[in-house]
Amino acid sequence: MAATQVLKSEWTKIRSVASTVWTLSLAAIVTIALGILISLLSKNEFDNMPVRERLSFDPTFISFAGMTLGQLAMIVFGVLVVGNEYSTGMIRTSLAAVPQRGTFLFSKIAVAAGLALVVGMITSFVAFFLGQAVLGVHKASIGDPGVLRAVIGGGLYMTLIAVFSMGVAAMLRSPMLSLGILMPFFFLISNILGAVSATKKVGRYLPDQAGSKIMRVVTPIGDDTPYGPWGGLVIMVLWVAAALIGGYALLKKRDA
Amino acid sequence: MIELEGLTKRYGEKVAVNNLTFAVRPGIVTGFLGPNGAGKSTTMRMVLGLDHPTAGDVRIDGQHYDHLRDPLTYIGALLDAKAMHGGRSAFHHLLCLAQSNGIPKARVHEVLDTVGLTPVANKKAKGFSLGMGQRLGIAGALLGDPRILMFDEPVNGLDPEGIHWIRNLMKSLAAQGRTVFVSSHLMSEMALTADHLVVIGQGRLLADTSMADFIQQNSRSYVRIRSPQRERLLDVLHGAGITVVETGSGMLEVDGGKPEHIGELAAQHQIVLHELSPQQASLEEAFMQLTAESVEYHAHADTPHTPTPRPAPQWGGDWKRG
Repeated sequence: MAATQVLKSEWTKIRSVASTVWTLSLAAIVTIALGILISLLSKNEFDNMPVRERLSFDPTFISFAGMTLGQLAMIVFGVLVVGNEYSTGMIRTSLAAVPQRGTFLFSKIAVAAGLALVVGMITSFVAFFLGQAVLGVHKASIGDPGVLRAVIGGGLYMTLIAVFSMGVAAMLRSPMLSLGILMPFFFLISNILGAVSATKKVGRYLPDQAGSKIMRVVTPIGDDTPYGPWGGLVIMVLWVAAALIGGYALLKKRDA
Repeated sequence: MIELEGLTKRYGEKVAVNNLTFAVRPGIVTGFLGPNGAGKSTTMRMVLGLDHPTAGDVRIDGQHYDHLRDPLTYIGALLDAKAMHGGRSAFHHLLCLAQSNGIPKARVHEVLDTVGLTPVANKKAKGFSLGMGQRLGIAGALLGDPRILMFDEPVNGLDPEGIHWIRNLMKSLAAQGRTVFVSSHLMSEMALTADHLVVIGQGRLLADTSMADFIQQNSRSYVRIRSPQRERLLDVLHGAGITVVETGSGMLEVDGGKPEHIGELAAQHQIVLHELSPQQASLEEAFMQLTAESVEYHAHADTPHTPTPRPAPQWGGDWKRG
């Protein structure tokens, strides 16, 4: 079974369902629009900020503020790409056509991840430039140290969130169950763990908190995070790899 | 050719498929018959490598399913008409299957035409009726022009025209020398299409025989007689060396007897007959007898026959409850 055939087939699958278009466009629109809004608010609030916050003001990171909400649409995209095979029963037809389950799963994930990367990168660059335009005098420039890394990192972050969701959906099979776990986790639990001082040290090893470090250019004062931007991304990649290995192991073992 | 050898599937304590060994040969339609829950679908899923057997082996043209290069070109299957993404059009559903097995796009249009779905090719599958879904599933099975075809209960939920179409399709596929393996829980359906029969019950093989043999062995013909002079008739028939079986409600049955012969005997002895009719036990009965012990859920007829008497309606009795 040639992998190129399966990649082609998965590309046809992903472009022929409506959920691909609406989840990805929602991810882009929400991230960019919310980023502009928060950049605008920050600019107006800047003069009223305490000195401490003004010193660690990170215009790049602020323009990515919309990602906390936009990533939820990326999660839905990732979950539906894999989970819909199960919820519709298509999985039996798919595996009859491609019985090499590893080839099937990783071709599907490669195609979906590629698409998420393109959308994520465009979103990240657009959110950055529009956000900076709004920030006016407080803006960062793409040529400033660490800024290009942060903007590319934003695209990578969105892609990895989607791929992590694909792995989780491959393990859980049900889209509803996957979303029911992933959405509150990334929207609430991770934030709560990161905000409470007792759990902060654990919280920063969660995929989204570790991964989002790459989008920061200015380190907040008093931040003692033991990893840098790339270290954080590696932690996130490890989470994604674990989810994918789990998904593959279960798909391999289970009856379809 | 599909070969099963000692194929077994257990779910915990429950044995769904129990040591099945048989072969499905090319050029004929092989019917796979069994009551609901007999293990037909589980067996078919194991043929396609979807479910892992607990023990035993199944091979397609001598190879394991996951070793087939472009499996859709070896074996096409319709397991479940709903096994597709409802949001995808019929054309794209078939196109993604074709691409995964290196089948040219032109073939997608061909099979859509064969099953008569060309006019709705760009419609989403979720709007399809059961019959259209079944046709789309069959189009998927035919896509790779495979030598082996497998259909799980293909006539379920189809209208008479659709049933007729599928019967003819299966026969013509077999006539082209292909292997056709089709499951059903209806003997009457199999009698019309299958040349060979594999019968299972509770996962075990009960029969592996040609249809002609099965009919010959299992279709009992007999003569049913009713007479007010039952005792005299019995004496006369015994005297003529005819074995009579007395059944309930005063009926007599003569196995393999000729009604003409019995009627003439009765006339000679001036016995009045109220009924003299040739009977044929149906294949459905033969099938039910064969699988009787292995049916998982019996419907029992031991509910009280007299309906609970309802209180006589009184005029105006329901007036306030309305």
